[in-house]
Amino acid sequence: MGIIPLLLGITVISFIIIHLAPGKPTSLQQALNPKVSQEVRLRLEKLYGLDKPLRIQYINWLHKLVKFDFGRSFGDDRPVVDKILERIPVTLTVNILSLLFIIIVAIPLGVKSAVKPNHAFDKFVTIFVFIGFAVPTFWLALLLMNLFGIKLGWLPISGIKSLDFEYFSLGQKIMDYLRHLILPIFVSSLGGLAGISRYMRSSMIEALGQPYIYTARAKGLTENTIIYKHALRNAILPIVTILGLSIPGLLGGSVIFESIFALPGIGRLFYEAVMMRDYPLIMAEVVLGAVLTMLGNLIADISYAYVDPRIRYRKQA
Amino acid sequence: MVVFLFIGLSFSLAQDYGDAIAVGSIGDARTLVPILASDSASAEVCGMIFNGLVKYDKDINLVGDLADNWEIKEEGLVIIFHLRRNVFWQDGHPFGARDVEFTYKKLIDPNVKTPYSGDFERIKSLEVIDDYTIRVTYKEPFAPGLASWGMSIMPKHILEKEDLNTTSFSRHPIGTGPYKFKSWKTQEKIELVANPNYFQHRPYIDRYIYRVIPDESTIFLELQTQGVDSAGLSPLQYTRQTGTAFFKKNYRKFRLPSFGYTYLGYNLNNPKFKDRRVRQALNYAVDKEEIIKMALLGMGRVASGPFIPESWAYNKNVVPAPFDPIRAKELLGQAGWQDTNGDGWLDKDGEIFEFTIITNQGNEERAKVAQIMQRRLKDIGIKVKIKIIEWSVFLTEFIDKRNFQAVLLGWALGREPDNYDIWHSSKTKEGEFNFIGYKNEEVDKLLIEARCTFDQGKRSAYYQRIQEILYGDQPYMFLYVPDGLSVLHNRFQGIKPAPIGIGYNFIDWWVPKSQQRYKIR
Repeated sequence: MGIIPLLLGITVISFIIIHLAPGKPTSLQQALNPKVSQEVRLRLEKLYGLDKPLRIQYINWLHKLVKFDFGRSFGDDRPVVDKILERIPVTLTVNILSLLFIIIVAIPLGVKSAVKPNHAFDKFVTIFVFIGFAVPTFWLALLLMNLFGIKLGWLPISGIKSLDFEYFSLGQKIMDYLRHLILPIFVSSLGGLAGISRYMRSSMIEALGQPYIYTARAKGLTENTIIYKHALRNAILPIVTILGLSIPGLLGGSVIFESIFALPGIGRLFYEAVMMRDYPLIMAEVVLGAVLTMLGNLIADISYAYVDPRIRYRKQA
Repeated sequence: MVVFLFIGLSFSLAQDYGDAIAVGSIGDARTLVPILASDSASAEVCGMIFNGLVKYDKDINLVGDLADNWEIKEEGLVIIFHLRRNVFWQDGHPFGARDVEFTYKKLIDPNVKTPYSGDFERIKSLEVIDDYTIRVTYKEPFAPGLASWGMSIMPKHILEKEDLNTTSFSRHPIGTGPYKFKSWKTQEKIELVANPNYFQHRPYIDRYIYRVIPDESTIFLELQTQGVDSAGLSPLQYTRQTGTAFFKKNYRKFRLPSFGYTYLGYNLNNPKFKDRRVRQALNYAVDKEEIIKMALLGMGRVASGPFIPESWAYNKNVVPAPFDPIRAKELLGQAGWQDTNGDGWLDKDGEIFEFTIITNQGNEERAKVAQIMQRRLKDIGIKVKIKIIEWSVFLTEFIDKRNFQAVLLGWALGREPDNYDIWHSSKTKEGEFNFIGYKNEEVDKLLIEARCTFDQGKRSAYYQRIQEILYGDQPYMFLYVPDGLSVLHNRFQGIKPAPIGIGYNFIDWWVPKSQQRYKIR
């Protein structure tokens, strides 16, 4: 129940910060257009309620929020909720798929590295994932687009659908969608591989040094059983924390990445909202982010109990 | 009769219907309610769907669009528009004077969030005389008012009961124009289809697809896969990256005048810049040709005032000052600026000549221009600092509050030369556009006379004189008029570049059947 005051605190602080930031929303839409007079700009400011004192603006905003009304965007006067909802599918698809990709690739990589630390394979993986981590996304994206899109002509470069998408059959549609997603998912996963595989490696090395592993070996269990049944289960705990914490990230996006691939995702929506001082939209995104972060923590806590019997049983006792 | 048929036949054989054009744009539209559309993407799409009463022809003259013709009466106080008959909205409803009246009422409605009310608030009354005649009476003669009727007209029968700010019409518009709205996927694309009943004629190209690709490098890559048919180019792309065999084979490049110029504006409240000789000296000290060569790779022309050479208001007798640092030093010396202590910087009353140029973030070109100016001014002993500021902060904290010494900016101009808001001495309040604080009584008088005169010849004389005075006074250092650079797939036929650009005859563009890329309709 501590969640509500916390959420309230977050909104107060973010509300103050974005309003304290210099710049005004109405000046942006009609910036330096000689056809838009100052009287008109003042009138627009009034229509947006920006002439009222800040605390009144906040209270008005809060009044609407309790009714789950996030207001309308200053940019185009559409409900903020609609604007966010229409961006969620793309962001969520790309992020979930790349998270899955990261898990599927990074966990085995980490385990394999940990089994024989500092051997050739481990060193190769270390170099590879750190290169992936260090390479600037936009640069890699452009190179891959050039290679697969232009030189080889295998994959589309940008967007999530072809221009004739509506006229495709269902099968073609799915194929078209997947083909558009390959490059974005690969590029967005690459940076995440390093983190997860390194965490997995170190926590696995630690687990493999524990006394119960000696016991297991002494019992004559096969190496696979030891690694995957005994060590991995213990080693995976920190990874669960990290995955839990990446839940709010599922609805976040990178501006650069979305711009390069022309993906209509949340990252750019938020970025543009900030650049335009679109206060209702910024506040809605802040609330969304805050709620998801809390939710992520909660999920991480719950899944601890699931993966770690010690936590589960302690509660019952 | 036979001859007539034959001509008709060969005509239809010559121009094929079909295909689509995919236009690449870095920004998505915000709204398709034309009187609310203030960004270029919205305006561009609205321009395909709607018509105004008047428009500019290829030579930048005002001609009728939804208006057949008009009369100007009572020394410019009254404009009577005779509307085109047999025009229909895309839903089949007839277009008429009531729609014009409705659009006007919405433009001046204080609850409608339109930025364009200014020109229409000068109207005293608008009467509908009959279904096809409208009488507009102005409070005082207002020549730019005629061009303001290029504003898209909206359908009364659909929007009458709607709140324009929040109407769903903004994403499902219905107009009178050559293209009908089909679909809009936010930040992906807007698709329009040809209006078979368009009052001029059905456009040859069936579909118009406005593709949103926020990254310029991605647009450039998409051109190479032919995923977009037309896009703007940077000077670098135009001069260095589009010379490949692929581009020569598939695309046609265009280099056309753009309607705008870049300038360095001085804060005339600043004692340094109050002296006209100082401003003239700075103009001699900066080599505009060099700026164009370095920052624009040659893709621009030296500006000689607030009008571009294609405008009828332009005075060709005003010749840009040459690059002459010696003359610059002389003028500065006359104004009392000399290097008395031999430290390399000019000084006066113990203070060295130093100022800061501010410009907005996100414009590489301007950052380069500022650096080149910094170097040239250093050569004559003036210390320049450059500050690059985020756009919103730049406007509200620096421009609106006149909190700057010199500002590097550009004006995007309309075709209508009236620039009262930029130069008249009454327009210096916070948020107004004479933010440099320019005041010249003769210019003030000429600006007012020019906007009261409908005769283009007479008006042009006023503007030519204004240009002369402004170039002499140098309240801005007029730098350059950049070229508009673009590329278009070469399967499109019927393009005739003209002073206004290439888009004016879009409905006549066509693609031979054998070369059409998008077959599905």
